[in-house]
Amino acid sequence: MGNIVATDISKEYFNRRYKKREKLDTGSIFGATIPVLEGVDFEIESGEMVCFLGPSGCGKSTLLRIIAGFEEQSSGILTIDDKPVTGASSSNIFVFQHSGLLPWMTVQENVELGLRNMKDLEKKEAEIMDYIEMVELEGFEHHYPYQLSGGMQRRAELARALAVNPEILIMDEPFSGLDFLTHMKMREEVVNMHEFLGKTILIVTHDIDDALSMGDRVIVFSSRPATIKLNQKLDFPHPRYIRQEDSELSVLRDELFLMLGVNYAV
Amino acid sequence: MNQVNTTIVSIFSFSILILLWEVVVRFSGWDSNVFPGPFAVMISMGELIGNGSLLKHTVASLFRVTAGFYLATFLGVPLGIFLGRNHIAALLFNPIVNFLRPISPLAWIPLAMLWFGIGDQPAVFLIFLSSFFPIVVATTVAVQSINPTYFYVASNFGFNRYEVISKIVVPAIIPSVITALRLTVTIAWIVVVAAEMIAVQSGLGYLILDSRNGLRMDYVMDGMIIIGIIGLFLDNIMRRLGRIESATWGIMGQ
Repeated sequence: MGNIVATDISKEYFNRRYKKREKLDTGSIFGATIPVLEGVDFEIESGEMVCFLGPSGCGKSTLLRIIAGFEEQSSGILTIDDKPVTGASSSNIFVFQHSGLLPWMTVQENVELGLRNMKDLEKKEAEIMDYIEMVELEGFEHHYPYQLSGGMQRRAELARALAVNPEILIMDEPFSGLDFLTHMKMREEVVNMHEFLGKTILIVTHDIDDALSMGDRVIVFSSRPATIKLNQKLDFPHPRYIRQEDSELSVLRDELFLMLGVNYAV
Repeated sequence: MNQVNTTIVSIFSFSILILLWEVVVRFSGWDSNVFPGPFAVMISMGELIGNGSLLKHTVASLFRVTAGFYLATFLGVPLGIFLGRNHIAALLFNPIVNFLRPISPLAWIPLAMLWFGIGDQPAVFLIFLSSFFPIVVATTVAVQSINPTYFYVASNFGFNRYEVISKIVVPAIIPSVITALRLTVTIAWIVVVAAEMIAVQSGLGYLILDSRNGLRMDYVMDGMIIIGIIGLFLDNIMRRLGRIESATWGIMGQ
């Protein structure tokens, strides 16, 4: 479960006009439409970890929000397990770029959100603790989000997402704002978690190394309006050494840098 | 600075104020009937406490403020939440709210007396008016400025309407609503004095007006001092309310 098919997805935003229009302005008097996504097609198999790569502001986060059901596409068809997406659902959980933890709830209360309808209180408590232990936050269950470091907040949000037992995990730049070491560790943890749980995971990132070292597939977008430039399966075992000279991954890495407009890969 | 230090400092600044007061009285040359000194005021305060009238007036004023303020809070906060969540309702109501808001509650005195007669009701009504609009506006703004991410989380986790209000909206707005209540209770306390100068036979406002009519400036100053002290006290209560753990999202020591 967790198979996603996008067929010719487009998305436009409408920008309201506040200034007086200039001569030769062809937009409507009320404003202008800005295309964000244009004719996006892809198919994601269930259990795949897919990295969406693209320049910042290209519309990849918008695509994620459409998949999550927070927004609707302007045209095209999006199906998850052959059913069209009609709105947000707890079978595909979104992990937010900046913390989506509710700041007025402790870690435990946040994790409880996905389990709040469980009748058996003892079992519920035990399950909450299981997920907190899974992300190694035991001892912090009564802390508020602001008392946690950036990395711990991401892990707490991950625990909350996993507690719902979703088909699909959608992560919007899950490592942004983390320090280098935490970033590397989280990358490893997400890979391990994916191998262990086998859920479909979508990750938006602008970090090429993230995409290459984690993804089963990488989809590269152009700048706005986003179209797909590359959709490639990455069939390499973990852990991957992406900088080994002349290896397939490092060649691809150089290509991706060029594709995203950087001439000298670092 | 810790608690002990701030208390000592405020006692010190009040001592300076009282000293200055005494000095000004001595050198102004005004009669003590026109500008009584701290000592005379203290004696008359003793009289008012002794005959029980100070307690009676204070309780009467506090009752009116409490009634009007509670009424404004329990009607204003839900209305504010509704307006904050409902874009169309906000568009319809905001012009009315913003039109009524700058009209001083005192301008309502003639109508209030005509509608509610003599007694507590017109005073409570005026206090209600003074607090209601600021509370509605502050709550609406607080709801509108909730980070949209939290509503995405709510829809993602399948919250129903009641859960959106109880788990997202209410906890999210508590800090700013408490700040608004803290500012509003001060306004209500200012208005009660003015409201009591009409239509009632009790309360600190009445005490001041009645003492003026009797040319007892020492009683007038007693009234003013008690009003100031209770104002401090109300502000303190509201500030403590704002420090409760659930109201600060656990962020202590702010």
